[in-house]
Amino acid sequence: MNSKLKVSRFDPETMGSGQRRWDEFEMDLHPSATVLDALIQIREEVDGTLALRCACRASICGSCGMRVNGEAKLVCKTRIADVTEEGTTIVIEPMGNHGIIKDLVVSLDPFFDKVRQVDPYLQPDEEPEQGEFVVNNDSMENLLTAMNCIMCGACVSDCTVLEVDEAFIGPAALAKAWRFVEDPRDDQRDERLKELNEVEGGIWDCTRCFKCVEVCPKDVAPMDRIMEMRDMAIEAGNRNTSGYRHTESFSKSVKKHGRLDEARLAVESAGYTNIPRLIDLAEIGVKSVLKGKMPPIVPHKADENEKITRIFERVESERNT
Amino acid sequence: MYKHDVLIIGAGLAGLRAAVEATRLGLDVAVISKVHPVRSHSNAAQGGINAPLTDRGDDWEGHALDTIKGSDYLADQDAVEIMSSEAGDAVIELERMGVIFSRGEDGRLGTRRFGGQLVARTFFVGAITGSAILHVLYEQALKHGLNVYEEWFVTDLIIEDGRCVGVVALDIKTGTLHSIWAKTVIMAAGGAGRVFEPSTNAIICTGDGLALAWRAGVPMMDMEMVQYHPTTLARTGILLSEAARGEGAHLLNSEGDRFMLKYAPQYEELASRDVVSRSEQTEINEGRGIDGNVLLDLRHLGREFIEDRLGYLQEVAVEFLGIDLAEQPVPVRPGVHYIMGGIKTDVDGATVVPGLYAAGECANVSVHGANRLGANSLLDTVVFGRRSAVHAAEYIKSVDAGSGSDEHLNATKARIQSLMDREPNENWAAVRNYMANEMTKGIGVFRDQASMEGAKAAIRNVNERMPNIAIQNKGKVFNTDLIFSLEMEFMADVGNAIVHSALTRKESRGAHFRTDITERDDENWLKHTLAYHDPDNEDGVRVETSPVTITKWEPVKRVY
Repeated sequence: MNSKLKVSRFDPETMGSGQRRWDEFEMDLHPSATVLDALIQIREEVDGTLALRCACRASICGSCGMRVNGEAKLVCKTRIADVTEEGTTIVIEPMGNHGIIKDLVVSLDPFFDKVRQVDPYLQPDEEPEQGEFVVNNDSMENLLTAMNCIMCGACVSDCTVLEVDEAFIGPAALAKAWRFVEDPRDDQRDERLKELNEVEGGIWDCTRCFKCVEVCPKDVAPMDRIMEMRDMAIEAGNRNTSGYRHTESFSKSVKKHGRLDEARLAVESAGYTNIPRLIDLAEIGVKSVLKGKMPPIVPHKADENEKITRIFERVESERNT
Repeated sequence: MYKHDVLIIGAGLAGLRAAVEATRLGLDVAVISKVHPVRSHSNAAQGGINAPLTDRGDDWEGHALDTIKGSDYLADQDAVEIMSSEAGDAVIELERMGVIFSRGEDGRLGTRRFGGQLVARTFFVGAITGSAILHVLYEQALKHGLNVYEEWFVTDLIIEDGRCVGVVALDIKTGTLHSIWAKTVIMAAGGAGRVFEPSTNAIICTGDGLALAWRAGVPMMDMEMVQYHPTTLARTGILLSEAARGEGAHLLNSEGDRFMLKYAPQYEELASRDVVSRSEQTEINEGRGIDGNVLLDLRHLGREFIEDRLGYLQEVAVEFLGIDLAEQPVPVRPGVHYIMGGIKTDVDGATVVPGLYAAGECANVSVHGANRLGANSLLDTVVFGRRSAVHAAEYIKSVDAGSGSDEHLNATKARIQSLMDREPNENWAAVRNYMANEMTKGIGVFRDQASMEGAKAAIRNVNERMPNIAIQNKGKVFNTDLIFSLEMEFMADVGNAIVHSALTRKESRGAHFRTDITERDDENWLKHTLAYHDPDNEDGVRVETSPVTITKWEPVKRVY
């Protein structure tokens, strides 16, 4: 089939940081060809200066993460026919949230620094005297979701938090952390959860935008792993965080009023003794009042809010039995 | 100046296992790899790792015999004995490092069956065993703070007074050349599947390590032994693991017959890979194929089982072919997968060049002989990766570091500059694609004198064109055009060794099946071929032979 590709180019030796050039290629491809097949054909037959990473061609090495039509993908498993229609152009760019080295090649050093940050190795207190650790097979199969991660960086590329906050540990490294938190052979579970709960950029910084779940080519669903760690961290007694207070305040307010009490949520998330944060909030409050955006001090109640309260009570009693 | 006790080239399973061991021994260790460690091709091993666990009733001699029979008696039996007897500890150790092997109801490691063996002794992680182990070894490397020269391409070994004392390497991200000095170098640079087309191998499997050691004087042993895997996808050559058949999948011809029942009545679909590939090719050649393929049928295993135990296979079949394995058989055919041949080493990984060790696919110890059993390659990497590090650690006690001179670096700089200065002429890709297609034609599942002569002529043609290869890309940063051209030189050397070794062996054994001499000839050919780099000889190759080590298993006729 006839296909058109528009490829983002950057050469650090001739262009300034942040600049880019678009090159267009028109080519005839096998109907089941992948975006990677097309890029390799360009590199081999048209333009030997095009830089990209690729190795296995079978979605297992994680080298070829790129943005195709604005979304992070492994190009080796992205078929041309699935991302284009007759007459349209496929747009190929380097992944986002990573520095660009050349053309489609990005720096993954910060990515792996964050992986390192979560102490990504098994830490048992002691090893069995003989043979392997004896553990339930289901607990091992459970870990496979995260073990499927091939560190391609697609989730980090499209993470909306990392776009604005470089400190966020990010979906890939947090999924890696989950893999050890959930491993029954590891004896640092509590320490890991405490650290992930407290550290800057930890588990509470995810905004649940679902982007990492959407773009992960290996169904790791990093966001789900992060949410599970929030629950586990709370259960393990880590409650002195704005994340936990936010969760509590949110649910208390909805249970009581059937609605979110936004003013109280902000204050309670900060914590009543967190003076510096409360001063910040006061400033925001004043600005909100001036712009007419201040939520009501006494929250409105939803119609028939007692029904919502009953739902909460029922769920809570079921959970307790 | 970069300087270490041990420098390991390659960061796949063999390289990382060696690195972890050398680090534990307290040495200053570094790994150099042209890709990030987790991108290494060990990832692609799907089905599992063999180990006879003696504490649960298996015996290592059973595994050794299966391996030796699988090798068509070309493996050195002392080496196989070491691999089989150390296998149990090696796999348990991987589990303790954190590998999530599949388990049985009792919470202990579970197994599946694999080819060439009647005992189920293959330990696995779904169909991503290689990837799962590679990532865990990388975790261990992070734990130990291993130095990694990431995306550095080795262009030359530094040999001084006959000893290997380091490498010259190109930092791909900056385009600058450096010397790295080391008291010992362990070559763990992987296979050479890209010498053929198609192949299951990654684009990075270009035989760099084989060629580097060869140029330094180490012979490549049994290079004619190229494994064709029985189940690869048409066109792309992507691998579908033997685990499918290990879990009960059938091979069917165009008439719907399970043809393996005819060729291997006892082992059926799980005969050795060379046997299954020849059977498939025979069916195809005799008109019972489907567009050059046979069918791999998993339907009777059921969707849940397929998704649980063979999830990655399902992913590959759906993504690359649009076939749901639970609903439809998938067309497969034999494809180049692994090279049994390699840099000749002893059982400690040592080569004939002092200071140079080798382990993994680039090495030939020899435990695979004329045909490797599925799930023995991962075992080979961890057993001999570890052993080479232990032995290298002993070796360095008695040696000094190299001179630190810039002579080698300057020679490489001049060579690469002249390559960069060539006027645009021949393109590396055209030469590579020509060579790889000709190699597959000449050194196939079936071969004969004429086909092998054809491959030899193709390699000569390639070597004539090599001096004309020019680099279109004149930049320094991430210049893959330059890297591929250098890889092309390595591939031409490997191809050269393969065709000359193949033409030397006047018999059929394992993967080397000649339609013009169809029998195994133990009287004359129970020996290894050794291809030496010899500029004075025709085509720059000299082929010698050496005896096979037999300990207790006398060669008998091989029947599955």
